[in-house]
Amino acid sequence: MATAVTERTGLEVRLEGLSRHFGDVRALDNLDLTLHPGELVALLGPSGCGKTTALRLVAGLDEPDAGRILVGDRDVTHMPANKRDMGMVFQSYSLFPHLTTQENVAFGLKLRGTDRGAREKRAKEMLELVGLGHQANRYANQLSGGQQQRVALARALAIEPSVLLLDEPLSALDAKVRAQLRDEIRRVQLEVGTTALFVTHDQEEALAVADRVGVMNKGKIEQLAEPETLYNQPASHFVAEFVGLMNRVPCHVADGRVEVLGATLGAREGSLPSGPGDALVRPEQLEVAAAEGGSGRVITVSFLGSITRVRVRMPNGSELLAQASGAEAARLAADQVVTVSITAADVLVAPAD
Amino acid sequence: MKTRARRLLPTLGLVPFLGYLTVFLFIPTIIIVVGAFTDHGRASLTNIQGLANPTVWQALKQSLILSASTAAIGAVFGSLLAYALVSGNPSGLARRAATSVCGVLAQFGGVMLAFAFIATLSYSGSLTDLLRDHAGIDIFGSGWLFALPGLILVYSYFQIPLMVIVFLPALDGIRVQWREAAENLGATTWQFWRHVGGPLLFPAFLGSALLLFANAFASYATAAALVSQGNPITPLYIRAALTSEIILGRQNLAYALALEMIVVVAIVMAAYALLVRRTSKWLS
Repeated sequence: MATAVTERTGLEVRLEGLSRHFGDVRALDNLDLTLHPGELVALLGPSGCGKTTALRLVAGLDEPDAGRILVGDRDVTHMPANKRDMGMVFQSYSLFPHLTTQENVAFGLKLRGTDRGAREKRAKEMLELVGLGHQANRYANQLSGGQQQRVALARALAIEPSVLLLDEPLSALDAKVRAQLRDEIRRVQLEVGTTALFVTHDQEEALAVADRVGVMNKGKIEQLAEPETLYNQPASHFVAEFVGLMNRVPCHVADGRVEVLGATLGAREGSLPSGPGDALVRPEQLEVAAAEGGSGRVITVSFLGSITRVRVRMPNGSELLAQASGAEAARLAADQVVTVSITAADVLVAPAD
Repeated sequence: MKTRARRLLPTLGLVPFLGYLTVFLFIPTIIIVVGAFTDHGRASLTNIQGLANPTVWQALKQSLILSASTAAIGAVFGSLLAYALVSGNPSGLARRAATSVCGVLAQFGGVMLAFAFIATLSYSGSLTDLLRDHAGIDIFGSGWLFALPGLILVYSYFQIPLMVIVFLPALDGIRVQWREAAENLGATTWQFWRHVGGPLLFPAFLGSALLLFANAFASYATAAALVSQGNPITPLYIRAALTSEIILGRQNLAYALALEMIVVVAIVMAAYALLVRRTSKWLS
């Protein structure tokens, strides 16, 4: 693929104490976030958590009630959107339907007074970058959803923005295209080196694409960390349960130790200090083995290709989801009596449900 | 056989519509065309030649001026009003009230509308009297209300609301994302309308303006109620051709005039289709 993108280094973006209210609803609550130059940070959270509000404030499509936004040394908090020099890819298809792909990509350059030859050259380069060089003369209604979003990405990058903003750009696409375009976005972002803020409610998307992921809840960032850290060492119950699959296993905490499923484990920081609670355990941290006299009973065994998921009912009526590899899983069947044990050395304990 | 019958079944649903078109469009059009080329039961060009009469030409010219000017006035003011409405709360009271009022006013043409203007602006109309008595201004003048300027004013009364109704859906179709994307790429409000909003709305604007033109061109009742002397526009000339005792022996001139109107509308529609096809490849 021919790419002739200008070598650039992204700028630092700082969101300081950003707050935004809509009537009585507190969409953003004193949000602090720093994006390092060239970094891609994903804001992940459920609907209404404030992630899109944060992105729109950065884009200048809305104004904060308090706080400020700095891009490099520039305070852009009250700067109009058309002066901010930011590229944005929207959730739904936002291509201008009356312009060809190439004209769409060149649109921002046209507004900047770039001469025709230069903007056509740049538009072609950007279309090549997203793998659509051969579709330059097509209109939006002649492109698939994935192609339209690629063009939107090319259009956002054509103006060499100081920051790239991605507002759930993959949510309207089917699963296969979503995965392809997700990788494509990351490749292009790394190639151009623009600092990027990516908003999504899809945890898999966030974990796969971002340098760091900020999990948002009720207008605040609950945890901002690298994907591995976020998954393996969630800082709160909300993060633990929002990111990945999680079991709640009844347990008892005392003196920093957790009694759970017949084992004594360490209590991770942020755990309930003492008393009965729920240990938060991922399916891959549970081991299921067929055993006479075991306390669990297999409900279902689901083969998912590389892994198998086993659902087990415990004596107290609760259900646990475990992950088993091929050999173990082959020995399991519905209604079988099994033992369930935890392979983790420590767990996070939440108040009981 | 069964499959064929099943395939034909949905087509049966079209029968009432096709029947309607046949009775109220195709047959009258055929009658008009045949009548225009017939005189006393024989094929003739007499009626068509009658269209060259200076008074017929004058009526056609005035009809075209009336239709084009009220279409332009309606299109400009109506689209501005529609824009004002979409800029507000989409489910707000102002919008709901304005669209309801426009719906009523767009259908308010005819005798009622003519009488309303006569009662207000004629020689002894309420506003004329008021201004004459208290400000010494004579707005009636030489009777402009009953000539072309008056028709333009009265027609605008229903053309503007009609434009609001037909253009509102097109304005609603302008996505917020387009505006935000343009803004994000550096566009000012003016640049957005010039490069994005304007071109996107152009076909709908043109289509709406054409509808207004056709609406004014074919309007009869309002003009008939307002103008009792002379035939300043083609529809009134058709009335005269059908009822006048002066234009005797030219019964089929009305058909020729109607054919003339059909041809004008067909030319305007063809020009519109051509223009839209050239400017809006993206619509296909």
